[in-house]
Parts: sequence; C-alpha cells; structure tokens
Amino acid sequence: MKTGAKILVESLQREGTEIIFGYPGGVVLPIYDELYDSSLRHILVRHEQAAAHAADGYARASGRVGVCLATSGPGACNLVTGIATAYMDSVPIVALTGQVPTNLLGNDAFQESDITGITMPVTKHNYLVKRTEDLSRVVKEAFYIAGTGRPGPVLVDIPKDVSTTSIKDVPVPEKVQLRGYNPTYSGHKRQIEKALQLIMAAERPVIYAGGGVILSNASAELIRIATELGIPVTTTLMGLGCIPCDHPLNLGMLGMHGTEYANFAITECDVLFAIGVRFDDRVTGKTETFAPHAKIIHIDIDPAEIGKNKRVDVPIVGDTKTVLSDMLTCMKKKGVHDSWIKKIKHWKQHHPLVCPDDGCLHPQYIIRQMSELLKGDAVIVSEVGQNQMWTAQHFCFRHPRTWITSGGLGTMGYGLPAAMGAHFARPDVPVFDVAGDGSIQMNIQEFGTIAHYNIPVKVAILNNRYLGMVRQWQELFYDRRYSYTEMPAVEFVKIANAYGIEGIKVESPDEVMPALKAAVECDGPFVLDFRVEREENVFPMVPAGAAINEMIGGHPR
Amino acid sequence: MKPHTLSILVENKAGVLSRVTGLFSRRGFNIESLAVGPCEEPGMSRITIVVIGDDAQVEQVMKQLNKLIDIIKVSDLTGNERVERELALIKVTAEVGSSRAEIMQIAEIFRAQIVDVSPKSLILQVIGNTQKIDALEKLLRQYGVKEFVRTGTVGILRASKNVTGGK
Repeated sequence: MKTGAKILVESLQREGTEIIFGYPGGVVLPIYDELYDSSLRHILVRHEQAAAHAADGYARASGRVGVCLATSGPGACNLVTGIATAYMDSVPIVALTGQVPTNLLGNDAFQESDITGITMPVTKHNYLVKRTEDLSRVVKEAFYIAGTGRPGPVLVDIPKDVSTTSIKDVPVPEKVQLRGYNPTYSGHKRQIEKALQLIMAAERPVIYAGGGVILSNASAELIRIATELGIPVTTTLMGLGCIPCDHPLNLGMLGMHGTEYANFAITECDVLFAIGVRFDDRVTGKTETFAPHAKIIHIDIDPAEIGKNKRVDVPIVGDTKTVLSDMLTCMKKKGVHDSWIKKIKHWKQHHPLVCPDDGCLHPQYIIRQMSELLKGDAVIVSEVGQNQMWTAQHFCFRHPRTWITSGGLGTMGYGLPAAMGAHFARPDVPVFDVAGDGSIQMNIQEFGTIAHYNIPVKVAILNNRYLGMVRQWQELFYDRRYSYTEMPAVEFVKIANAYGIEGIKVESPDEVMPALKAAVECDGPFVLDFRVEREENVFPMVPAGAAINEMIGGHPR
Repeated sequence: MKPHTLSILVENKAGVLSRVTGLFSRRGFNIESLAVGPCEEPGMSRITIVVIGDDAQVEQVMKQLNKLIDIIKVSDLTGNERVERELALIKVTAEVGSSRAEIMQIAEIFRAQIVDVSPKSLILQVIGNTQKIDALEKLLRQYGVKEFVRTGTVGILRASKNVTGGK
C-alpha cells in the first residue's frame, strides 16, 4: 500500500525530476512529509510566484521540464503569473498544487480556490486529480504534454485526501495515450521543397528566427542553413543566442527595439524565412508594412501560429530542428547573395547600436562591459523593461539557452527567481540577473532564497530611480508628464547585506569592470547597485503602430 | 461576419465545456447557440456551436480548439451540405374561445405539435432550422408568447460530404 503523496514523489522521480521549487502549506503537508526523506531536492522560495519562475528558469536553461509546488488557495493563486509567463514563452513546467479534500470541493473551504478554472487560459492543459489511482498516470501525462510539441505549462491539482489515501500500487502506463494530442514533428516534404525553391530564387532573403529555434535545439541546423545559403539572420528577443552575435550573417534583434539594419533588411527583403516565430506585435509593428515585398515561408510546430497575424506563402507545420535537417538533406547547392550582403554590411556600418561615451555611467556601457568579461559563457537573465532591452541589444550572446527573459508576458519580477532556477540547470557558469530598480523590488524577497542556499546569482541593478520604460514612453508620447514612474532611492546593498549577501554600489564607469569582477569572483550571491544616468532611453525605437523601418533615435539614413 | 456552425468531438470529461467556451469568450465572441450531448463513440460527446465571426477569426478559434488536449476533432459545417435542426417549445397565450383556432392553424402550417393544453395557454413544439423557428415565434408574438425555449442548433453532414478542419 502506498499513499498518494508517495506515488506522486515516485512519479516525479520516474520523470527524472531532480529539483522542485516550492512553498509548503496546509493541504500539501502530506506531500512535504514525503519530501522530507526523499532524494528529491527542494528549494524553499519566499513567495510562490518565485517558485513558478524558478521552475521556468530551470526549464529554459536546461531544456528539461521544471517543477514547482504550492499549497491550495493563495499558494496556487500566487503561481498564476509564473504559469502565464511560461505559457506565453512556451516553457515546459509542471505546476503541482494542493487542493482542499474532494468532499469540500466547491464549498469555499479554507484556502480553496478553483485553480484549474483560474489557470485554464494560461496552461497547455491542467488536471484536477480526483482519485489516487489516477495520480501516476496524470503525472506522466503532465510531463509528456509539457515537454512535447509546442511546450508549455501543465498544472496538476491534488486534493489533500488524494495525497493521504493509501492504495495498492497501480501499474504505470508505459506510453502516454492521448487521442486528442498528436503534435506534428516532420514537415511536409513538398512544402519543404517549395520553400527551398523560393529561397534559391530569392535575391534578398532574410531569416527571421525566434524562440522556436531555441526550444527545439535547432541552433546548429539554423547556422548551417544560413551559412550554406548565404542568408542573413535576424532574431527575435526570444531567439537571441541561436546564432552567435558576432557571426557575420547575424543582424541582431528586430522589431520595436531591434537594430536599424535588421528592420531595414526585413523591409527590403524579397523572401522572409520565418522559423519558430509568431509575428508578435512587438516584432512586426504595423503588420501591413512588415516585410511588404516578401514571400513568406513559415516553420512552426503550432499550426495556430501560421497565418495568425500575417499571410504566409509557404506554411510548414513541424518541429524546427526536424524540418531544418530535412531541408539540409534536400539542399542541392549553396546560395550566394553577395550584393545583398554588401548592402546589409553598409547598413551595419552606418547604423550601429550606440553606447554614449561622455564619462557618465550609462547602462549600455555596463552591459557591454559585462559582455566583455563573460564572453558569452554565462547565463544572462533579465527583468522587464529598459534593463531587458539594453541587455538584448548590447550583450553578445553566443550560445542558445544563455539568454532567459520574459518575452511574451513581460513579467517584472521574473528575473531574480528565474536566475535561481537557471543556476541549478547550469551550475558551471556564472548566472546574472540584469534588473531595474523597479523590477527587482517585485520579487526582492528572493534575496532570502539565494542567501539561504548560497545560490551564486549575481544581481546587476540598473538603478535609475524610475520605472524607466514607462518613463521613456511618457517622455516621448505623453509630453514628459511622469505620472507615478519615479521612485525614491533604495540602498540595495544594505538590503542585500541584511540578508547576508555581499554587494557594491557603483557610480562611475571606471568602477564597473572591477565591480563585475568582484561579483564573478565571489562564491555566493552578489548585488551590484549601478547608479545609472536617470533619463537614458532605449533607442532605436519603433513607436507603437508604426512601420518597423520608421525608427526614432536612430541614425539619419 | 457570418454564422459558422462548428461540430466538436470531445472527451466526455469535467471542464471540457469551459475549456471550449473560454476560447470564444477571450476573443469577445458571443456564442449564438450551443448544444452538447453524448454521441456515437462511448466516452465522447459532441458539441455543436454556432458563432458569428469573420472567416479568419473562426479559423483561428478552430486552430486553438484543436490544440486542446481533450478535443478530438473540430469541423466547420458551414458551407458544406448538411442537415441542421433545432427544437423549440413555445408557450403561447390562448384563452379558450379566443385565438386558439388561429394558433392551431399556424402550428399546422409549421408542422408544430401541440404538446400541452391549458385553459389559458398552449405549448407548441417545433423542429426546424433557426429561420423556421424564428419565423414561427414572430408570428405567435401577436397572441402573447409567455415562454420560449430552444435547444440550440445541432448539425450533421449529409452522407459522403467532406468536412473542413480536423485534427
């Protein structure tokens, strides 16, 4: 005889789970009791939201399914933002929640919330387990659904009596059988050939690569295709790292805060090869003027993404890695686009991203120094806002899964807990959380967790005493009326010290490199409080609803 | 914008209906009618939904519906050779001696059945497509419709006709 709690823990281990981020509470007591002498590692966070983000950060950095655990009611509700974040960026996590006993379901019992109802629109799937007998099958299905096809979060809600009831061991199904779930991995042969024909005939092709390339580990295939066909590559925020930043064909990020040359290339291209992307509004600007002269090829594992925002000429439903490999096999000759490449090179020379050099402490400079020090061998996590965009623009990413950011949902407070998770996936490299003073205060309680477990996350706060991105919009589009975006100074080093974390306040450019080195050399967590130029803007910028080649803050063309 | 009749084969499990309707409500679609019941396959149900939307919007919802784990198959019956029916019950004021005969005549024209008679009212049962039921209700309004209830459209393709969509 085994209790549901024991079956749950064994099921998690069977799925290869090594670490859980969680927070205990009433109805998960039986599960926590089982964890007490289990070999599963559990990290006690300081707020359930952080558990979900940490599981997400772990999943993004490792490519495996992350796991978080919370109690019913408030615990489960606190996971919601983290689950929604994972959902928007297609991150495989399994969120386990306790629930009130089955006989009390729907009674407004203490700490009851209908978490399967609440998370329905932000999960790939969710379960309310009503019988202990179903538990091992449900956990198996949850991991399978989370990690296959287009990945995403799956929530499993477990009433207390389901955890406590003892049953005879039920055999675990060998394979998951879900009639309504059959993701397509291989692309249609004819469509792949059609795509190749279109690319070979193109004069000005561009690859537009996104998070799908990272998710399916298709970076090598992407680089081979680009190199052999001589096609420049621009990546989305989520795709950064799928091609090294200093690769001659790399155009950097496109879209609202993309490089001018990436946006020019999109506007002038005749074939747009979209791979694992979703034509998000932050990328396309005004959709009618996005790649207006191009025939579009689109590879995505999710058929619902194809043709959603922009009409596509050659749709290919399939896994990015599988489709690109098939494409490489079908490819008969190499491609050359010398005059197009030359034109792009000219744009690159005349429209570079700029970093002001006037002796003041500029955030762009800090990111560039960080990039120089770490050489791409680190995991960089960001919060949301200006800090995120400056990092995306100025850090030189060289490997997939080394850039972790909340792209779709844009969740402030994501960075620190996600960085904790990322550390457990990549203990071999430094992990930085690039933060703003606004974002860091949304989950600053996690200083407690990184101190508790000595998690060596380095928190680099670009402290401008503003909610910088909102302030930037107010400056540009609301006549500098800074409505509720200013925040008084916070001494983050003192806060860090109170938790037993070391930190340095940095106020001038020459202190940046020594401070970064001190952070990296420190064995444990470290906080860097950079007092940056207060009203620095993220440029270039495409105003909302404009065409992406109509950028402000760029170079005259 | 035109009405689309979607036929959705789902696992008969708790919560499936809210998963399905949630995809409509988050896009601001109003569901015109909805009918659910068990179907030819054990453990499955079939949902027929009528929504008004433009083709691209409806196509997007269908793709999203297909992604739901508990959904086996989604078909848009619109534009295909199909049979669509709805059943309605109409309680209409019909005092003895007044317009009773007239109402019964109308019922006959519409092939509606009278399923309940009381001194003050009649209940008519009518089966047909949406337009037919709308027309009957409109005609009966002058006599005083006390209550009007309808099942929502169910639809089925005629033999050997292809359906668009799928999974």
